[in-house]
This record gives sequence, structure tokens and C-alpha cells, in this order.
Amino acid sequence: MGKTLAEKVWDAHVVRSGGGNEPDTIYIDLHLLHEVTSPQAFEGLRLAGRKLRRPDLTIATEDHNTPTADIFKPIADLTSRTQIETLRKNAEEFGVRLHSLGDAEQGIVHVVGPQLGLTQPGMTVVCGDSHTSTHGAFGALAFGIGTSEVEHVMATQTLSLKPFKTMAITIEGDLPEGSTAKDIILAIIAKIGTGGGQGYVLEYRGKAIEQLSMDGRMTICNMSIEAGARAGMIAPDETTFEYVKGRPHAPTGADWDSAVEYWKTLRTDDDAVFDAEVVLQAEDIEPFVTWGTNPGQGLPLSARVPDPQDFEDETDRVAAENALKYMDLTPGTPLKEIEVDTVFMGSCTNSRIEDLRAFASIIKGRKKADGVRVMVVPGSARVRLQAEAEGLHHVFEEFGAEWRFAGCSMCLGMNPDQLAPGERCASTSNRNFEGRQGKGGRTHLVSPVVAAATAVRGKLSSPADLPPAEPTEIGGPAQPDVTIERRSA
Amino acid sequence: MEKVITHTGIGVPLRRSNVDTDQIIPAVYLKRVSKTGFDDALFAGWRQDEEFVLNREPYSRGSVLVAGPDFGTGSSREHAVWALKDFGFRAVLAARFGDIFRGNSGKQGLVAGVVEQADIELIWKILENQPGTEVTVDLETRTVRCDTVTVPFEIDDYTRWRLMEGLDDIGLTLRHEEDITAYEARRESWRPTTLPART
Ligand code: SF4
Repeated sequence: MGKTLAEKVWDAHVVRSGGGNEPDTIYIDLHLLHEVTSPQAFEGLRLAGRKLRRPDLTIATEDHNTPTADIFKPIADLTSRTQIETLRKNAEEFGVRLHSLGDAEQGIVHVVGPQLGLTQPGMTVVCGDSHTSTHGAFGALAFGIGTSEVEHVMATQTLSLKPFKTMAITIEGDLPEGSTAKDIILAIIAKIGTGGGQGYVLEYRGKAIEQLSMDGRMTICNMSIEAGARAGMIAPDETTFEYVKGRPHAPTGADWDSAVEYWKTLRTDDDAVFDAEVVLQAEDIEPFVTWGTNPGQGLPLSARVPDPQDFEDETDRVAAENALKYMDLTPGTPLKEIEVDTVFMGSCTNSRIEDLRAFASIIKGRKKADGVRVMVVPGSARVRLQAEAEGLHHVFEEFGAEWRFAGCSMCLGMNPDQLAPGERCASTSNRNFEGRQGKGGRTHLVSPVVAAATAVRGKLSSPADLPPAEPTEIGGPAQPDVTIERRSA
Repeated sequence: MEKVITHTGIGVPLRRSNVDTDQIIPAVYLKRVSKTGFDDALFAGWRQDEEFVLNREPYSRGSVLVAGPDFGTGSSREHAVWALKDFGFRAVLAARFGDIFRGNSGKQGLVAGVVEQADIELIWKILENQPGTEVTVDLETRTVRCDTVTVPFEIDDYTRWRLMEGLDDIGLTLRHEEDITAYEARRESWRPTTLPART
């Protein structure tokens, strides 16, 4: 019997087999660190007198707990500052490469890895962060781990794990105009539920997936965790190779050829069997939005706020009742009538250059709705530079949006970018949990183009709801030659 | 890690599904660099409400949390487990758990037992009708006892063994360090390294 993509990558990393009863010991090719989930792990190493086994397979960045304005001033919040300083001290002590605030390679850990070419097909990638699934877009087996496991990887460069189950998610056909990668993944989660992927690695396949760019594929794999899955993967193809080629850490010369030869074998065999399979038709996927407080509570934007009484399952009904209360929504209200206070364009789900271009293409030549706050936060300093080289920042600023420095920003209520209690936000991030974007804040998850249209109308909207604007010319050159002073940690 | 074979303590009914780790501990409490002192952060949002179960006697002294399905979904933050433990919990029972949360629990000596939803409902009723009823979670027999009810729970063999032996994962792996070294020797040379840094 053939193997699935996930099984191939797993098998290539078995250091020691557990023989079925015990877990396998799996080698980790890349360990990403950030300030929030690493301090206790470094402390653990220190207390046990252990060394960091492979600093050369480890990289750190500052992202969750950093400001996205005034980044060159000392961090105002003392506990936050201590956390950042702790990472800097740890990185120095253990010899870890760190990209600090102000550095051209700083940014959200899941944007930085791919952009440096450190994320490549067939790798195992881990990070103390659940959205590590993002890197699966390259055909890597990439998943989030807890702090104890972070320490385990630091000390051994391995993890003890039982193999994951595999699920194929096939998106057949072509995606309609106006629908995006974000809508695909929100539709998948609404279909299989927030627990539907538990214990699985999801492999996304089918024509609609193959047609996506790497940025779109990353958006999909990113939110695998919102379906409860450990990881998401997409088989590498020419689009993948093209993206990796020429990046700072991509193989070169003869190494490139050996790498590509191997990467081409990373496809699920025709006779492989998945533990579960799901099929969706791309034609049916409309712009999607969440109405509740978990990412599975989503509907097409053209729908209305559901009535909890219509849910057959009691647990779902109670969850819907609680959600509507928290979200302050009335059953039957058209989703497009919901007014927002804030639009957040950012997070590791949607903050890469294509996302910013898509957002800009909708708002260009228009003005934001009165009273709506619009924040545009690039995923990395490099993305910010690229956007500025293309002039996108002018588009944002003319529109009335705030153009910020890179970081997780308002994706989580931790750094200074937060919703006020009761505020409602259309957000391109990945979690609409209660208080996720700030205590009492209300989140509707949307794609970048829906976020843009919403910023124009002030109510949840898709670009199709807007009157025509002047023709746009967004797109710009490929990676420009930008250099920036490196600031040491 | 301390050994856990059986634990008995006051059961706390948490009638909620999809309790994500952002609810268990909101992100603002993740700024700390320590591993302890998170008891005040546990369910910080919901604890603002006086009626919330953990604010009520005798549940406030509980140590076995009985929750709805999909407990611990979302963020990988191990702080969620630390906060539960700091508050006094030694076991959480639910019909389904977020995978990362379940893994984290096992590493920190918190028993995450999978119990059928119908059995959870039974236990909820007892705990609500007779507040303060103790629940026993027995790893040896993989059963949960609460008043007159005894129901099975699931936990994978390996996690159970490690909990019962109180074993540290890193130490276990390092017993076979030569396998890691051998693997490193046969790894492809073109695999990327972060050092020396290229940008
Ligand atoms: S952007 Fe949001 S989801 Fe992504 S790593 Fe940061 S906090 Fe986590």
C-alpha cells in the first residue's frame, strides 16, 4: 500500500521507532521560537544543566508581545519589556539567532520562516505556537507544541510522538471570482467543525488548491488548527519550488537539484489510504464570515445571523446562544447589516504581501467609512519594506488606515493593540474567541478583500457590494533590493 | 514530575463546550516568564461573574474539572495547564480535548481523561445536585467514580504509564541519545540551517 504525504515526511524523520505501542522519536529540522512560550523552556534547560542541542536549527523572533507603533522607544509595559529582554538574554546565552524589533527580518514567526527560505518541503517544523501549521503549505510536517515540548526539542532536537491520523480535504473545481483562500478554510471549518480535525493531519488537495499561490496556501494551512487538526499540508509543486528558489536559505547549485529531485517524491501515492476524506466544491464557496465565538460558527456573507433554536444538537444550540449573547447579535439580522468599529488587516493568516495587495486593490481610490478604525499590520518587517517599495502604504494612508510595524498586533489581546470592551471588529486573523482581541471585544473573521470592503461600507461587506471605484494599478515589482541597518538584540 | 495513580477531590461541573485556551487563560497573563503563579489568571474573563462556578463554594475548592466537549482547543499555550494546576486541579474530564492541550497536560501531571458525553452529563447532574461531591479519577483501573456512578475514561497507554511512573520525557529520550547522533550523521547535507545567518 502506498503512503500519504504526511506518512512519507514522518517516516523520513524517525530517529527511533516506538514499535507501535510507544511513541516514535521524530527528528525536528527547524525549531522556531518567540518570546511568549520560550522563557520557561530555557529556564528548564538551565536548571537541568542541559545544552541547546542544535542552535543551527533554531531561530527566534519577537512578535506576540511587541508594539507595532513607536518600536524604537523602550517598551512601555514593564512585564512585556521583561519578556522581550528575557528572550534576548536567552538567545545570547544559548547562541540562538534572533531577529529583534527594528531588524529587517523581524516579524511573525510564521511569516519569517518561509520568507527566509528556512521552510522547505519535506521538513519537520515546530514552534511553541499552534499556527505552526502554516508551514505545511510547503509540504512540511509543521505543528504547534507546548512549552514542555519546546524544552524537549531544545535538549534533544526530537519529539516523542505517536503518528497522526490522516485526512484528505479535496476542493474540486474552480474558486468563483471574489472568493479567496480564507473563504475556503472558513468553509472547511464550518463544515467539519472545530473538533473535526482532532488527531489528524489534513492534506488539502484538488484543483482549487493547486491553483493557489504560496501565500494563499499558507492562509489555508494556517487555520488547520481551527479545525482542531495538528497540522495541514499541501503537496509541493512548481509553485512551491518557484517560491523557495533564490531565498536566503534555499539550497543552491547541485544541492538545489538534489533537493528538488527529493521534493518531487513528496506526493500522496495513488494507492495510499487516508483515515478520513472530505470533499468540497469550490464553486459553492462564497465570501465567508463568522458570526459566533469559535471559528466553526461561520456562514456565507449573504446569510443571516442564525437562530439557536434551529440547531438540532443541544451542545451546538447552547453554544450558539452563548455566542450570540456575547456577540450582541439578534437572530435573523442579515450579516451584511452588522456594523463594525474596527477593521484589522494582519496576523499570520493574512499579512503577507499578496494579502496587503488584495486589501489595497479594493480600497484604492476610496475613503474609509466614518468612525471606523482601520489598522494594516504587515506580517514582517520585510513585507513592510516590500509594500512600501510598491507604494501600498500611500494607498493605506490616503484611505485613512493606520500603517503599522510588523507583529501579531491585534490578533491576540496581549500587546498594546487591543479592542475595547464591546467593540466589534472585522478581522483577517484566525480566532474569534471571546476576548481574543481584547477583553470584551467582538470578532468577525473575514478575508482581506472582505475586510477592505467592510472598511469602506462600515458594515460587513464583500467587494461586490461596493459601487465601482477608479481602476487600480496595484502589483508592483518582485522583491526589490532593500537593505536595512541591522540592530543588534 | 510527581507520580499520579489516583486522585480524589471535589468535582466542578463546567457546562460549556469549546472551552478554548484563550478562555482558560487570556493572553494578557502570558507576559510572565515564570511557570507558576497563574492561579489568578485561570478563567479570568468568566471569574468576573460572581455566579461563575469557580467563584462558588464548595466548587472553589475543586480539583477535578468536568467540562463539555472540545476542552482546551485553540492556542498551544501550556500556561493553560499551569493555571489549572496552580488553581488546584489535578484532573480534567471531557468527551474531547484539543490535541496540544492534552499533550501538555500529560507532560505536567494533569490527568486529561476522555469520558463519554452521556457519562459527563450524569456526573454534571450529581455535582450540581450535591455540590461538594468528590470525584475519584483512578489511572490504575481507568475509571471515574462519583457518588454511586462509576464510568470508564480513556487515556493513551503511554501517557498513563508516564503519569503513573512520574517520568520526565527529556530524560527518557536522552537514554537513546546515540540514535539521535546516528540520525544526524545520515541527514541530507542540503537541509537548511539557521546559522550562519543569511538574509
Ligand atoms: S499572528 Fe496571531 S495567531 Fe499568528 S502567531 Fe501571532 S498571535 Fe498567533
